Amino acid sequence: MRHPLAAPLLLALAIVAQAAAATPTPLPRDSIYQLAAPLVDQGGRHLMLADKRGRAQVVVMFYTSCTLVCPTIIDTLLDLDRKLAPEERQRLGVLMVTLDAQRDNPAALKAVADKRSLDLGRWTLAQPQPTDVRAIAGLLGVRYRQLANGEFNHTSLLLLLDRDGRIVARSSKTSGLVDAQFIGRVRGVLAQP
Amino acid sequence: MRSFVTLLCGALAIGAAQAGGGTYVKLPGGEFSSVLNYEDSSSRVRVAPFGLMSLPVTNADFLGFVRAHPQWRRDAAPGVFAESRYLSHWAGPTQLGPNALPRQPVVWVSWFAASAYCKAQGAQLPTWSQWEYAAAADERRTDARSDPAWRERILDWYAQSSKPALPSVGLQRPNAYGVRDLHGLVWEWTDDFSALLVSADNRDQGDPDRLKFCGAGALAIKDRDNYAVLMRLAMLSSLEGADATANLGFRCAR
Repeated sequence: MRHPLAAPLLLALAIVAQAAAATPTPLPRDSIYQLAAPLVDQGGRHLMLADKRGRAQVVVMFYTSCTLVCPTIIDTLLDLDRKLAPEERQRLGVLMVTLDAQRDNPAALKAVADKRSLDLGRWTLAQPQPTDVRAIAGLLGVRYRQLANGEFNHTSLLLLLDRDGRIVARSSKTSGLVDAQFIGRVRGVLAQP
Repeated sequence: MRSFVTLLCGALAIGAAQAGGGTYVKLPGGEFSSVLNYEDSSSRVRVAPFGLMSLPVTNADFLGFVRAHPQWRRDAAPGVFAESRYLSHWAGPTQLGPNALPRQPVVWVSWFAASAYCKAQGAQLPTWSQWEYAAAADERRTDARSDPAWRERILDWYAQSSKPALPSVGLQRPNAYGVRDLHGLVWEWTDDFSALLVSADNRDQGDPDRLKFCGAGALAIKDRDNYAVLMRLAMLSSLEGADATANLGFRCAR
């Protein structure tokens, strides 16, 4: 079955392929994109966390059945969007990763996106693998615990990532209005050449 | 007779030494009364049967892991997974040296590194409940927590200065399950350390502006005299996943 030339041929192809793709600069060691975490978005598309590289992101963790704080997390993100100039907004992605990786499937995520009229050209609602949730939360500094009734108790944080996935700012103000200092940091990152 | 027993113990100790932290002891599990009392659930937790390493992971064990998985060398591991002090007591990226003897428990390891070690074994870090359940035992009883003498003994350990070099693993007698060194040697990571919202809960009590938490489920401590466990909780709840300390190691469960 195995052709004697198969291995060298594959190797040659791999080298050609690598040369063709503009050799990407390695990720910085302090980039959270170092975590090889597969995600599924609200449209059912598979992506890796690192696919967000190239555009600054504001990242939060939430879950769809949350009724108390999570809606205000989205309010806060929308407030941020509103306060940015259109050309700033276009250069910022918003990534919402669910803590409820068992139940928040693409349909549940899509329902929230529709209900809140989120701009899915820039916003991604993502379901991680259940076994990766603790690690993603760990990278972001989010603490959480699943309650007996299936809800989650969690710290709510906005994290600003630069284009390479480095955390450059965080804000625990998520009660509807975005922290002014945080907006300043967002503008700073977006202004980077 | 006496010398025979000593000899036997010596033989057992050597057996355990060769196996490193990798030998798993079976724990039966069952209903367990946790020191944690969350308002959303009773403090009775069900612990399913599980296996737990009889010893903490040693420097020698971890060196083997780092050699097999070079991405976890201290000069390769990304800073988001392990802070700058990760394995800083080793002589080199793949060298233990005088400050990291092979039989000492490995310390200066982050949660990410410890998790990766366990994953490579087809295991994971124990949950807080698993750890608390196993650590409730003394040499004779599976739950010695109400015994003041047991508590004293653990507190004595905390009272000692952490300056002298760490002892080797496996020098203490096994507990009723056959697990050693759950107390009296190092602190240990748990898989769900970041579920412990103790310090944050206290900090934000009565501060509606910050709305740090989504949902109910405040944590109360049921047994406030159980300092042995409370100190672990306080320590774990203050850590981030990339943190490493001089007294924090781990063992795996499966």
